[in-house]
Amino acid sequence: MTRRAVLKVIATTTALGGAAGISCAEPQEEPSAHEALSGFDPLPPRNPLAAGTPTDPDLLAPSVPWDFVLTDEERRLASVLADVILPGDDRSPPASAVGVVDYVDEFVSAPGHEELLAMVRGGLVWLNRTAQERFGAGFADISADQQREICDQVCFEPAALPSLKPQARFFDLFRDLVSTGYWTTDEGMRDLGYVGNVPLPSFDGPPPEVLQRLGLSGEDLE
Amino acid sequence: MGRRQERYDAVVVGSGAAGGMTAFILAASGLRVLLLEAGRHYDPLRETPMFQLPREAPLRGAGTKDKPFGFYDATVDGGWEVPGEPYSVAEGSDFLWWRSRMLGGRTNHWGRISLRMGEYDFKPRSRDGLGFDWPMNYADLAPYYDKTEALIGVYGTNEGLENTPDSSPGVLQPPPRPRGYELLARKACRRMGIPVVPSHLAILTRTQDADQLPRQLFPGNALAQRVTADSMRGRAACYWATPCGRGCSIRANFQSTTVLLPPALATGNLEVRAGAMVREVAVDANGQASGVHYVDGETLLDEFVGARVVVLAASACESARVLLNSKSGLFPDGLANSSGLVGKYVMDTVGAGVQAHVPALAGLPPHNEDGASAMHMYMPWWQYGEQLAGRLGFARGYHIEFGGGRRMPGAGAFSGLEPLTQGSYGQQFKDDCRRYYGSFLHFDGRGEMIPNEDSYCEIDGDKVDRYGIPVLKFHWKWSEHELRQAAHMHSTFAAIVDEMGGKTLTPLQSDGAKAIARGGQIIHEVGGARMGESPGDSVLNQYCQSWDVPNLFVTDGACFVSNADKNPTLSIMAIAWRASEYIVDQMAQRNIG
Repeated sequence: MTRRAVLKVIATTTALGGAAGISCAEPQEEPSAHEALSGFDPLPPRNPLAAGTPTDPDLLAPSVPWDFVLTDEERRLASVLADVILPGDDRSPPASAVGVVDYVDEFVSAPGHEELLAMVRGGLVWLNRTAQERFGAGFADISADQQREICDQVCFEPAALPSLKPQARFFDLFRDLVSTGYWTTDEGMRDLGYVGNVPLPSFDGPPPEVLQRLGLSGEDLE
Repeated sequence: MGRRQERYDAVVVGSGAAGGMTAFILAASGLRVLLLEAGRHYDPLRETPMFQLPREAPLRGAGTKDKPFGFYDATVDGGWEVPGEPYSVAEGSDFLWWRSRMLGGRTNHWGRISLRMGEYDFKPRSRDGLGFDWPMNYADLAPYYDKTEALIGVYGTNEGLENTPDSSPGVLQPPPRPRGYELLARKACRRMGIPVVPSHLAILTRTQDADQLPRQLFPGNALAQRVTADSMRGRAACYWATPCGRGCSIRANFQSTTVLLPPALATGNLEVRAGAMVREVAVDANGQASGVHYVDGETLLDEFVGARVVVLAASACESARVLLNSKSGLFPDGLANSSGLVGKYVMDTVGAGVQAHVPALAGLPPHNEDGASAMHMYMPWWQYGEQLAGRLGFARGYHIEFGGGRRMPGAGAFSGLEPLTQGSYGQQFKDDCRRYYGSFLHFDGRGEMIPNEDSYCEIDGDKVDRYGIPVLKFHWKWSEHELRQAAHMHSTFAAIVDEMGGKTLTPLQSDGAKAIARGGQIIHEVGGARMGESPGDSVLNQYCQSWDVPNLFVTDGACFVSNADKNPTLSIMAIAWRASEYIVDQMAQRNIG
């Protein structure tokens, strides 16, 4: 199996994490919440009708149909930068621990994203070159303070030097990718406090502490 | 050549809001009906991605050229482009045409917003001298609004507001409780005199009364009562999770494929044929419609099916296209086109929107805001008086749709925050994301476009689609009324956001041309075969019947005379139901077919 093929499998496996978890569990005798609330059987594992084309993909068993193109070295650098942008702390792990680089790779490798791929590749090379010129080593091998010194120059496009505008746009794009890749993971959603996507017997509106925080009471609720 | 000699009582072209409703009413009335759908079969019970997460989808579920509204959107082989089915746009015009090639059409993914047109909306010309009047009144359609709402299940309340009709008692389902940001917006809008009331959406908040409703809807029709009761018993109430735009496997929201086609098929009177792209309505020597020609998408053979009555419900522009392509010695300019109005006066909805950050919503305790996925509250148009007095500079109104809050993080989560964060990254960025989560809202205006002579479609003689059928060419122009309305939307949203203590993130435009969405982009295109009082000024009569060809009907949005700010789908269904009863009646009297 080629490395790229393995990566695609990883992406798919990540995608099926929830389903795999269910199939590994003990056979359930109780109906699922979905079933209990709606009276309908849980969904079958895959879509019997979809053509499997880009405009009619199997929505129940999604897969990424294109190859990933970043090299090992590009992925290593991207991983370091992803952690600079979203590091681990006491509430959630760093970006590199939840597969964010796989998402970055998936995104820049997608058909039609050729210009964005060049932008990310060029940005990563610029990080290395700047680190080498200034600190004598590649971006992955300099200190956190040194990494920040470089990133500070490009993290806000309006404030970046005219000569660094392209690098600042790269940084914007990369931050967006890391952010999407991170906050859509289970760990990211948990950290944000997204508690939906579960079937409920009733929708009760905001709890009292939220109403209080919003300053809503009395006639505001009628 | 054709595979067999077939003849049905009625052939219905299209399976969405209009086609589904027409096929259901005709089949439930005992007619033998064939429904032709250009796209593939589609079964929401088996293929809806309920609960699937963005991280399971390619690109975290982001919209792409192939799936413009996101990976999980219930659109098959569709979007702004359909493979192998191009359309043209005239130089100097800008128009987008959303289609979906699947059973149920666009009802599978639609917004479920179900607003009635009001009394003013049927007589706009009488009121302000612009556009055209409908050949019916609100009172003519009101019973069908009641029936449609009861059949499909619409939540909302009766507020007694101007030109925003109440439903009959007991028709509407109870609305869901408002979310926190909806209450906050209402509090601000109350200070501004802007009404914020429960929205009307085609989503069940309760299971339907399968014992009573079918009897009320179809008095004296045992077959219709039975299939409707069975269908209602198979629908669950919303369980407050997973977006409606994906469709609904528990049939809690309205889709033609979950609410209209199952009972229609259960009558035993309906046959559905997918992969059938209709190209032409055939006429006999007497100028009556004799059936339709379609291209079988699999065999690529041209097929003919005969029918006593032909009903086009292929979507406004697609139906106009079929008529214009149905040329014959008797009808050299296309069928039903003696008025020259087929394809003319196409309208969309005026759209403009802004994003906003409301600090009061930042950092709230975690709580579930999924609700019915779409809005629980909205703002109906409120400035009728000022407008009629000419104080606004544009003639017609708009309503406001808004949303945001603590939605499931998806593609684009926390993108473009730089103006707020000054480009933070690292621990600061992580904390910023946590803090800002839930504090973003969007406000979108949906306003009335006045029909004009420069917005129309015609056949592009230079291009055919994959079926060899000549394609449409669109012409488009907004008038000053729409442009000023769009600018007014922006200033209104800015005022509301300001009143909420927030800040708009979208550049505010005083020039409406910079605020307004592109033609077709709101996907409310209607008109193109409008109804009217006489054959000279319209294509259809008030029952969607062609003046020229009495056994030919167009029951979709093509029949619209105006396009009120009320999203058109509910009206399309009510009009289709009324037209279908007329068809049954006329056939029984042997006036047609």
